[in-house]
Amino acid sequence: MTDLYREVLPQPDDDIPLREITIRVNGEPRVAVVEPRLLLAHLLRQGFNLTGTHTGCDTTHCGACTVLVDGKPVKSCTMLAVQADGRDVMTVEGLAGASELHALQEGFKEEHGLQCGFCTPGMMMTSKALLDENPNPTEDEIRWALSGNLCRCTGYQNIVKAVQWAAVKLQT
Amino acid sequence: MTAVDEIKIGGMGASRRRVEDNRFIRGKGNYIDDITLPGMLHMEILRSPLAHARIISIDTSKAWAMPGVRLVLTGETMASRNLAWMPTLSYDTQAVLATDKVRFQGQEVACVIADDPYIAKDACQAIVVEYEPLPVIVNPTQSLADGAPLIRDDKENQPDNVIYDWEIGDRVGTDRAFDQADVISKIDLHYPRSHPSPIECCGSIADFNRATSKLTVYLTTQAPHIIRAAVALVAELPEQMIRIISPDIGGGFGNKVPVYPGYVASILASILLERPVKWIEDRTGNLISTGFARDIYLRGEVAMRKDGRILGVRMQTMADHGAFFSDAQPSKFKIGLMHSAFACYDIPNAHLLARGVYTNKAPGGVAYRCSFRVTEAMFFQERMIQAAADDLGMDQAEFRRMNFVRDDDFPHRTPYGFLTDSGQYGKCLDVGLEAIGYQDFLEQKEAAAQRGRLLGIGISTMTEPLGAGNSREYDILGIKMFDSAELKIHMTGKALLRTGARGQGQGHETTWAQIVAHELGIPAEDILVEEGDTDTAPFGMGTYASRSTPVAGAAVAMVSRKIRAKARKIAAHLLEISEEDVEWELGRFYVRSQPDRGVTIQECAMAAYSNMPDGMEPGLENVAYYDPPNLTWPFACYIATVEVDPETGVWDVLRLVAVDDCGVRINPMIVEGQIMGGLTEAYAMANMQFITFDAQGNCIGANFTDYLLPTAWETPGFELHEVVTPCPHHPIGAKGVGECAAVGGPAAFVNAVIDALKGTGVRNIDMPVLPDRVFQALNTGKDVSGAPPVMTDEA
Repeated sequence: MTDLYREVLPQPDDDIPLREITIRVNGEPRVAVVEPRLLLAHLLRQGFNLTGTHTGCDTTHCGACTVLVDGKPVKSCTMLAVQADGRDVMTVEGLAGASELHALQEGFKEEHGLQCGFCTPGMMMTSKALLDENPNPTEDEIRWALSGNLCRCTGYQNIVKAVQWAAVKLQT
Repeated sequence: MTAVDEIKIGGMGASRRRVEDNRFIRGKGNYIDDITLPGMLHMEILRSPLAHARIISIDTSKAWAMPGVRLVLTGETMASRNLAWMPTLSYDTQAVLATDKVRFQGQEVACVIADDPYIAKDACQAIVVEYEPLPVIVNPTQSLADGAPLIRDDKENQPDNVIYDWEIGDRVGTDRAFDQADVISKIDLHYPRSHPSPIECCGSIADFNRATSKLTVYLTTQAPHIIRAAVALVAELPEQMIRIISPDIGGGFGNKVPVYPGYVASILASILLERPVKWIEDRTGNLISTGFARDIYLRGEVAMRKDGRILGVRMQTMADHGAFFSDAQPSKFKIGLMHSAFACYDIPNAHLLARGVYTNKAPGGVAYRCSFRVTEAMFFQERMIQAAADDLGMDQAEFRRMNFVRDDDFPHRTPYGFLTDSGQYGKCLDVGLEAIGYQDFLEQKEAAAQRGRLLGIGISTMTEPLGAGNSREYDILGIKMFDSAELKIHMTGKALLRTGARGQGQGHETTWAQIVAHELGIPAEDILVEEGDTDTAPFGMGTYASRSTPVAGAAVAMVSRKIRAKARKIAAHLLEISEEDVEWELGRFYVRSQPDRGVTIQECAMAAYSNMPDGMEPGLENVAYYDPPNLTWPFACYIATVEVDPETGVWDVLRLVAVDDCGVRINPMIVEGQIMGGLTEAYAMANMQFITFDAQGNCIGANFTDYLLPTAWETPGFELHEVVTPCPHHPIGAKGVGECAAVGGPAAFVNAVIDALKGTGVRNIDMPVLPDRVFQALNTGKDVSGAPPVMTDEA
């Protein structure tokens, strides 16, 4: 992101109070000047061009926008960007290391845990939070952990297998 | 040298891991809302809060005055450019932005285009619309009542709210069969309104370039070429100047086939403003205004001899189409393929009467993981079959088997006139019964009943028509429903394949390459597959109705064979023999008498650019258009076992066994993924998913709080089995599979619950089979069915 060529738009007449916030996103500090009403999902997607975080329902049901805030899964479509000020946010773009995929990414591919791919980033982020806390979950624990993330394509069975695949990989 | 190992090169039958996953698992998909163009503006839609009202005035002045607002569109703006109404695929018209009246809650009234979506949403709230409320119609009974308000007063020759009356089959013969019957089974059913709800909503980015006159539209569409044709024909823009790009699609299920007002408005806005205009629908907009599915009533009757043979069936359907008849269904039949019902049964007489009506509800759609009413047809069929078996007192499996079309009876004319070509129905049923342990379960059920527990088993067997479609039964605005594939073999033996289909998660980028690998022996990983851009892809009709494999997949095989035919000539030249002496094995041509002497397909590719025979055109590229000779007819048997809690009415799925015969499987992993996805939607419809309306026409189901989708927690596990009967007319014997489980699945679940309630007098509980409905049925011993609709011949 560079401001070198940014066009400066005329400020609106009514004074919208802007706030400068600093969020650590995937390990990098990012600074933004935002309206207090801006949703975190929109800041990540439009402001920081991290379009792997998707929005699907606007009402915190579908979970496609799930990111980790200080390690906890949060639906970023119902969190204000200003609420993330000073916090640590991890998106799907932060999952893979420099040279290799995260075990969850491999697991989702290996077990055919995705079809259209739209819910997948949220599924993986929720799964990461689960495995961070519980490295060897049962099927029921996986299903319960993922019950805030909707998928319309897979029927979940292969998503469960993908998480189990990753759990095994992470323990070896 | 020998032939290459097909599985090793990722050919047919390989559970090849998906190519497209590489970007999706990294969050690097390219969905519509991920695209940003320079200077792009954002559009939001103001929708009607009322279901039926006359528009008195629209005051947009406050919206125009807001900083950052670039354009406000109303019906008046659209009308001035002759775009206030658009034609539908069902030969009706649909309002783009309302001019005279609003006819359903959520109808598009105005659009604001602004610098960002927040400003656009604010400005929508600043638009003042004055409405005069009109009486609201929310069901067919009201729609057909004397003195009912006329919903479509915009149309000439539309004296009432009836859209069509349509009839097929042999009325006289069927009446005679009923006269001769020993037993007549009768049941009234409702398939409630549902919504596909892909997790990604609809959207568009229109980008009109005044300097070049080119209009580029990024669109969440399952059928980009149809959209290009529609824009060319309707907006009268030159077709070469229209480019439709369908980027990655976050699920479709039929929801992304129709043309929506938002698309049209964003295109006009871009033309007027000469800037890219993005519209991204919100979830409420998606649920209350875009293509719904089902919403149809049935009165079904089965005439039988007392030994169980079915003599005839009668069906009367009443479909609630909403405010506009904008079904995105290309069959030549008003009620889609409802008359594919009973195709797997040998029934001599059948008659269907269908009526469609307008109501003050959202229009359009119809297809939801479904070939145009096939889902309703198979649900009705299998509920009627179970009721008939119960009424006879016959075992439900035996009753089906007795009436199945036999394996040696193909081609078979179905009761309503389709032609089926292959299947092993009895075998599929046997595999299913064996897997579920049918006899054991019946004993278990009996024993459980002694202890007051309610177990039930439900079977659903069906063959459904896929692969829209041959010209006898289909066209879109007169255009035949072929599909296409273009294959370019590069000199290094790598390849680029493009088709006219557009996947939305089905894995085309993976499976199309497997078909080429199967035909040519080129490793699948050497083949790049692209779809969705009308400037580069050959003309095709898109992806819906499980048509990709039956139609575009066939084109992929056919274009590969064209390439192979040319490569054979090159091989003969390179081997210095006549073409007749050239033999083919996977990946390689060789001399018949000297199998060691041969050339690979890759060597032929290089020669096509460097050493072709005299007089031969250089290059190794071709295109194939495939017009299917018939529909394909996969068969499936789904068996569910459930336990109903008599205290609460809650039912749990104990097991679900699926036996799918979708012909030859290209990628078994992907096929199984499709089946599990379909079963989940089947479970959803049986268990929770429906959209209803209150008396004022307020949509109950306008967000995911009210419209329940199944999560990982309640979705049951599935056990999958297969039988393979190749399709006789498809080049690789495939039949398609995307919708089978969603079509055949719901009846298995409902039949199981009804079976658990056997002996209580309850014959039907309408979907979704909610716990309170089960509880009510258990406690009254009566059916829980919707208000009986006014049926066709009574109206």
